[in-house]
Order: sequence, then C-alpha cells, then structure tokens
Amino acid sequence: MAMDAETIKTLITEKIEGADVRIEDLRGDGDHYAAYIVAPAFKGKNRVQQHQMVYDALGERMGNELHALAIQTSAPAED
Amino acid sequence: MQNVVFERIQSELDGSDIVLFMKGNAAFPQCGFSSLVVQVLSQLGVTFKDINVLEDNDLRQGIKDFTNWPTIPQLYIKGEFVGGCDIIREMYESGELQSLLDDKGIKAA
Repeated sequence: MAMDAETIKTLITEKIEGADVRIEDLRGDGDHYAAYIVAPAFKGKNRVQQHQMVYDALGERMGNELHALAIQTSAPAED
Repeated sequence: MQNVVFERIQSELDGSDIVLFMKGNAAFPQCGFSSLVVQVLSQLGVTFKDINVLEDNDLRQGIKDFTNWPTIPQLYIKGEFVGGCDIIREMYESGELQSLLDDKGIKAA
C-alpha cells in the first residue's frame, strides 16, 4: 500500500518543530520517496539521531506502507 | 527471546570490525539499498562481515529493535552503528566514511 507525499510531510512537520520538508516522489509511483528535511531541532545531533527523529515521526508506517524513503537531514545554516 | 537475538547481534559486532546487516549477502544482495552499501565498502577495499537478515526472521526484526532503526541495511563499525543506506552514501561521497575508517585504524585489505 502506498502513501501520498502530503501525508509524509504532515507526519514529519507535526512531530519535528519548525521542520522545512520537501518530498520528492522519485519514480512517480507513490512508493519511492526522498525527503529533504531542514530543522532547528537537528542542531547538535548526528545524522543517525536526526534520521531516528524522522523515523520516529513516521512510526510503524516506515517499512510497511511506506516502502522506500530516502532521507537527507540537516540543521539550518547559522546566520 | 529478544535477549537471545540481542546477544547474538552483540557477539557478531564483537567478532568483526565491520558488520553489515543486509538483505541477501555480499555476493548476491537482494535489495538495491543493501547492494549500494556493499558497493561502497568494496570501493573502499575493506573486508566486512555480511549478515543476511532474510535467512532469519527473529534477526530481521531483532536488528531493527537493537539499533532503533526501522530499515535494512545497517552498517556497524567497531560495534558502533554508523547508518543506513542514505547516511553511508552521504558519508562516502563526502569522504567522511574513509576518515572514520582511518580514525578507527581499519585499513583496506
């Protein structure tokens, strides 16, 4: 079962405060997505911790109805 | 039950510098994401222990719980979880993965 991009975005922004999320449907099949996420909450965390926060936001869906999600995370650049 | 799986995972991590939990094995990866990590490690020329989670359902779930990471592949270096496919690719392209191996004293075979 596939998920739409807007649902993925909503789940992430609801859980990670101030997250700027861009979702790309890599194959146009509603099954293989890439998520680019910039959030202040990622500051001071390593990549594993950042990705764990994203996975946490997606919960059980990851690996089930959400088959493939490439994730790229970063903290906003300092002013 | 979980303890048994966790102990097995820990003993694998203790037994090899680099351990890759993957779908399929290094010679025949059965998933594109696992395959990519195998290619990266091959490019870096390091030897690693490949563990096929498809052969064992307890392990397949157990490694996800152990790492608190919902996807396969999972790469461990010197007992430490480094990342899944996306992180490994990013670290390889930026040269960070090579630096990490250097820091850990792991040389190309």
